[in-house]
Amino acid sequence: MTSRIAWIAFNTFREAVRERVLYNLVFFALLMVGSALLFGGISIGVERLFLINLGLTSISLFGVLIAIFLGIGLVFKEMEKRTLYTMLSRPVRRWEFILGKFFGLAGTLVVNTFFMTVGFYAALFYLERSFTPADAQLLVALYFIVLQLLMVTALALLFSTFSSPVLSAVFAFALFIAGSFAEDLRAFAAMSEVASTRWMAVAAAYLVPNFSALNVISSVAHGQPVAGALILGNTLYALFYAGAALFAAILIFEHRNLK
Amino acid sequence: MSERKRTTVVFSALLVLSLAGSAVMLGRVDALRTGATLEEVLYVTSPRTVKRMSLGYHGLMADIYWTRAVQYFGRKHQVRARRYDLLLPLLDITTTLDPQLIPAYEFGSIFLAQQPPEGAGLPDAAVAFVERGIRENPTEWRLYYHLGFIHFVERKDYRAAAAAFQRGSEVPNAHPWMRVLAAAMAQFGGDTRTARFLWQRIYESTQDKLIRSNAVKRLRALEVDEVVPQLEAVVQLYQQRTGHLPASFMEMLSAGYLRALPVDPLGYPYKLMPDGRVEVQSPDDLPFITKGLPPGEQPTFVYTPPQPKDKL
Repeated sequence: MTSRIAWIAFNTFREAVRERVLYNLVFFALLMVGSALLFGGISIGVERLFLINLGLTSISLFGVLIAIFLGIGLVFKEMEKRTLYTMLSRPVRRWEFILGKFFGLAGTLVVNTFFMTVGFYAALFYLERSFTPADAQLLVALYFIVLQLLMVTALALLFSTFSSPVLSAVFAFALFIAGSFAEDLRAFAAMSEVASTRWMAVAAAYLVPNFSALNVISSVAHGQPVAGALILGNTLYALFYAGAALFAAILIFEHRNLK
Repeated sequence: MSERKRTTVVFSALLVLSLAGSAVMLGRVDALRTGATLEEVLYVTSPRTVKRMSLGYHGLMADIYWTRAVQYFGRKHQVRARRYDLLLPLLDITTTLDPQLIPAYEFGSIFLAQQPPEGAGLPDAAVAFVERGIRENPTEWRLYYHLGFIHFVERKDYRAAAAAFQRGSEVPNAHPWMRVLAAAMAQFGGDTRTARFLWQRIYESTQDKLIRSNAVKRLRALEVDEVVPQLEAVVQLYQQRTGHLPASFMEMLSAGYLRALPVDPLGYPYKLMPDGRVEVQSPDDLPFITKGLPPGEQPTFVYTPPQPKDKL
């Protein structure tokens, strides 16, 4: 079972790294990081802040774009090329296929993020000519970005199991934006006086991914430490949420008529 | 030449021509549109709306708005504008997006406080802005320093300035000269020595060219404001002793009233006027001076000598 998932994951990774869109997006992310050095120069007193904010935001946003663009086609492409049927005719279970696809894309994203991180730290070193202990704090924000990407990948995969790539992209983008407003949804629920509206808002707030808790870019840019409890809490939250999206994808795919 | 090569050459030339044409036309279009139309617009005025639109990446958005504020100020400052209408809203959005963005409070308050055309001429708004920064960042002693600085230089409120420096000196890790400033302010109020000390600290505490250049201009103005009355006093003394005004500084030098020909901080000799007044050669190059100006020329910054009520 594990070897089958690993085999699918490896092939997904191999296929993903052949995608031209991946390199374009990574290139643009690195371009943004590099351009932060110029932007900082036309401002006052925020060169380092600008580099960190623009660098980490680029890694996050381009990572989300990669996760969505690659994730939405994971199942659809296999169906379109009829390779899915060949695969499922072998002793490969549908849930193994979904998990393999997820781990393959997650691996691709981790590797991408690693390369973008190297580019980001190179730009930081160029600016400061040395590293400080505060720079290590930035790794926490990068770790949270990886967690965010795992959640987006799981969601893109979920939509990919029952929808066309275009619609999956729309759904995934919509959820990404809604996830950025998750705390507003909670505030709306708290303000609502009608019980049914309040419950619906609370349900929506828990259903959409809460990306605001995972965004600590601004804090680490100011050198504020991130509490260990928050790191643990966010890790568990992201794993549970991505798990839920993956299990939903498995359930849908398991019952989908592929004929 | 093959068909393919010919096509490549023709379309490469057309590409270059089109790009050059579009660049030229853009320049023309920019010239047709007024500067006000281009810059006096703040599409989203609500800081909260901007924060929501930033999708959680409000740190980056704050940096962008701060850069916009700096660029806006720089453009206006360059043309010696009298109004800086967008400065306060831009600073408000910046610090709502990132309340910990200390440079925005430090430099933004200077931009706000200075009299036009050097700044927006809103010292009270600048004080409120820095006070807000202090509420958000109570351990940043530099903000107390800027608060005291605005009270001292722009508002002439020496009591408030002394209180701000005192509050700042009580913040852990505050620079020791904060206590010195608090004491000096309480004792000397509007003394130029205190002003020089303050501008010197501003000059030393930043690497930014715009801020350093402003501090240099202020220090030069302090020197002129100090030297001109001294020279005029020596001219008066010469008149009392000889019964006539000197025709030039050279005459005073020859008579032993001066040790050298006096020059302003830019290196130009001071002008001795027929009525005994002393003027600088180029007042436009010495903003902020209040002495040594030709008759009728208004100083950009009015220095009010300390009144007894202002002293503690």
